[in-house]
Amino acid sequence: MLRFILWRLLQAIPVLLAVISITFFLVRFAPGGPFDADKAVVPEVRAALEAQYRLDQPLHRQYLAYMGDLLRGDLGPSFKYPGRSVNELIATGFPVTAELGLYAMGIALLIGGAAGLVAAQRPNTMQDYLPMSAAMLGICMPAFLLGPLLVLVFGIWLEWLPVSGWGQLPGDKILPSLTLGAAYAAYIARLARGGMLEVMSQDYIRTARAKGLPEYKVVLGHGLRTGFVPVVAFLGPAFAGILSGSFVIETVFQIHGLGRFYVQAAFNRDYTLILGCTVFLATLILTFNLLSDILAAWMNPRLRAGLNTGRN
Amino acid sequence: MPLLDLAHLSVSFHTRAGIVRAVDSVSFSVAPGETLGIVGESGSGKSVCCLALLGLLPRPPAVIESGSAHFEGKDLLALNERTLRTIRGRRISMIFQDPMTCLNPCIPIGEQLIEPLLQHRNTRRRTARQQAIALLDEVGIPAPERRYRSWPHELSGGMRQRVMIAMALIAEPALLIADEPTTALDVSIQKQILELIKAIQSRRNLGLIFVSHDLAVVRNLADQVLVMEQGRAVEQGAAEPIFNRPQQPYTQKLLAAIPRGSKTTSPTETAQPVANLLEVRTLTTRFTQADSKQPFTAVNSVDFDIRQGEILGLVGESGSGKSTLGRSILNLVRPDSGSVRLRGQQLMGLNRRQMRPLRAQLQMIFQDPYASLNPRMSVFATLAEPLRLHRALKGEPLASAVGALLEDVGLPPSCMRKYPHEFSGGQRQRIAIGRALASQPTLVVADEPVSALDVSIQKQILELLLRLVARHNLSMLFISHDLAVVRALCDRVLVMHRGQIVEQGPTEAVWTAPRDPYTRALIAAVPRL
Repeated sequence: MLRFILWRLLQAIPVLLAVISITFFLVRFAPGGPFDADKAVVPEVRAALEAQYRLDQPLHRQYLAYMGDLLRGDLGPSFKYPGRSVNELIATGFPVTAELGLYAMGIALLIGGAAGLVAAQRPNTMQDYLPMSAAMLGICMPAFLLGPLLVLVFGIWLEWLPVSGWGQLPGDKILPSLTLGAAYAAYIARLARGGMLEVMSQDYIRTARAKGLPEYKVVLGHGLRTGFVPVVAFLGPAFAGILSGSFVIETVFQIHGLGRFYVQAAFNRDYTLILGCTVFLATLILTFNLLSDILAAWMNPRLRAGLNTGRN
Repeated sequence: MPLLDLAHLSVSFHTRAGIVRAVDSVSFSVAPGETLGIVGESGSGKSVCCLALLGLLPRPPAVIESGSAHFEGKDLLALNERTLRTIRGRRISMIFQDPMTCLNPCIPIGEQLIEPLLQHRNTRRRTARQQAIALLDEVGIPAPERRYRSWPHELSGGMRQRVMIAMALIAEPALLIADEPTTALDVSIQKQILELIKAIQSRRNLGLIFVSHDLAVVRNLADQVLVMEQGRAVEQGAAEPIFNRPQQPYTQKLLAAIPRGSKTTSPTETAQPVANLLEVRTLTTRFTQADSKQPFTAVNSVDFDIRQGEILGLVGESGSGKSTLGRSILNLVRPDSGSVRLRGQQLMGLNRRQMRPLRAQLQMIFQDPYASLNPRMSVFATLAEPLRLHRALKGEPLASAVGALLEDVGLPPSCMRKYPHEFSGGQRQRIAIGRALASQPTLVVADEPVSALDVSIQKQILELLLRLVARHNLSMLFISHDLAVVRALCDRVLVMHRGQIVEQGPTEAVWTAPRDPYTRALIAAVPRL
């Protein structure tokens, strides 16, 4: 088990390194800079600013210096929010994004899992076609369309829920979470249906039925464990998508989370904030992928034995 | 008073291609303590009968058209799902064919074992556990307390089938349905499982329905026999008269198809000293193992020769290394040491490129004709590929060579444009044999080529192989777990056990006077008619 995790962590290092390096040079090569504002800055002031942020040094020095800081866990000062470090900005934005992501994931699992399970019970009937058509719609509809649509229906026509914000009015967390979760609910529904369909045709399901177990015990007790392995394996990538995709939702619903910082940083050429967010999200994504792989392996008793003896 | 009285059961499958009558007005009864054997070839409706009794047929597409099945005062076929569930696993239990796939791989066997008790008897978990451990002991599983917590993949096939039997018995049913329970097992394990079923049946006075395609197995077990063909009961009654004096041509055909006796070889052939085609010396093949640092020695320092024009049998149980040996001599699996000489030429150590010109001489026939043919290639494409590659044929000569191959294996030229799914198992194996013969090989390794086939088809394929070996002066290594087949086909035989050859000699000598204790046990375990 330990060996498996260590090996995966080792594999993550070059990936992270590549992500950081590519991002570092890409933002530098993009036209414009953090101090190219509309109104001209006095050259002396500009020089002082660039010296403060090491922009006067050659690029490779800046890169090495940044990597050195990174090793100490310091993501540097923000270019656009004077006096605030990137670490601070992430610390204020991330809890909101994390909460949003968690709710979205919960909704996706609940709706998607249930829909897939129900559909797999009677394949090629209305019970299958209805949830799966809804899932197809969920996959095809982008969040920036679904969000405003939900706002229009539930916020403006029905006046049931607030149209924007996060944690300011009761119920304002529902629509953003639903919008973000919808696409993933759809993917999960398709994965769950496929997994369950395959499992339900296995011989051991017939054995379970021959024991006289009621159908819900056959499905939940015998089918779910193997049928949901694809879903579990998808959780890592799904979390990655939810975290990095949440900026659309945060923009649509005026939420001050990490995603909005990220987008604004890109507009502002806030080099350190862009890099900081990228490094942070990449680390999270790698972690979640590792966790979901471990979980999926643990669900298979053959692989679990391998995990316990330290082989992979 | 019979335990179960089935009358005029008819089952159809409503598919897109039309309505298929799977079972047509079949009737039978089983008394307590009595065994009904149902025999027939695949697709004859044996399993459908059993699954229909318990309402386990997938509906749709299956439809029970008519019939009644009286069991303990109820008509099983008329019961609703809820009531039927109280009978399944409690009054009637079922054991299935493949113990490898019939246990849930993600649940420890103890948990699976006590499910019927928790479901039907409201037993408390602790009591259920004790009962389960006692039953595991009764079905012959060593260290039952430890095994209770094992995962299915930690048990061998025979052990898993014992667990299946324990699971079927735990709620103390009155009727046990065993659907080909030993077909997936080795002959020695089969013997143990059959003895176990027999012992438990008499101890508990169980009614038993035993479904099998193997007539010898059924004969050793059954009081009553039902012979099925294409959904119909062609012959039924007490077992002895049916096996001794079968009235129906179909039953006679089934009995006649069972391989028996030895290969008849003319004395002049054996008198001549024949050159060795292939010489294998101290051949060893190892595999790295997933759960151990030690490599697994699949083939351990094996010596033997294959003579020109002979069929050499290679028998052994699953895991004995016979398939690995077959692949090792063809360099399909890389051996670790030893030597393999084909007409004096060393094959060991040749890489893929160097092997390629020799491939034409060394061909292989595989076990499962459903898996070994590419489903996207027509018969013509399948047979033309080796002809183009090894004999550089094209155009008209290619087409006529394909036609000649088809004729050789007994298929009409019209099947050239067809695809594998349009053929039966026996026909597919003929195509696979044709593919092996296309490059005009000198040695063919046939790995269990008839074990996936029905007994009557098996007979035809064996006759075909004999004919082809004689006509093309082939040599063949015939790998099989079935001693009766090997005896009927092979000139000499190798017996393999745990990677080593424990005995070799002329087939009849080994059969009648086996010297090695393992060979003796193997021969004793073969069910006889």
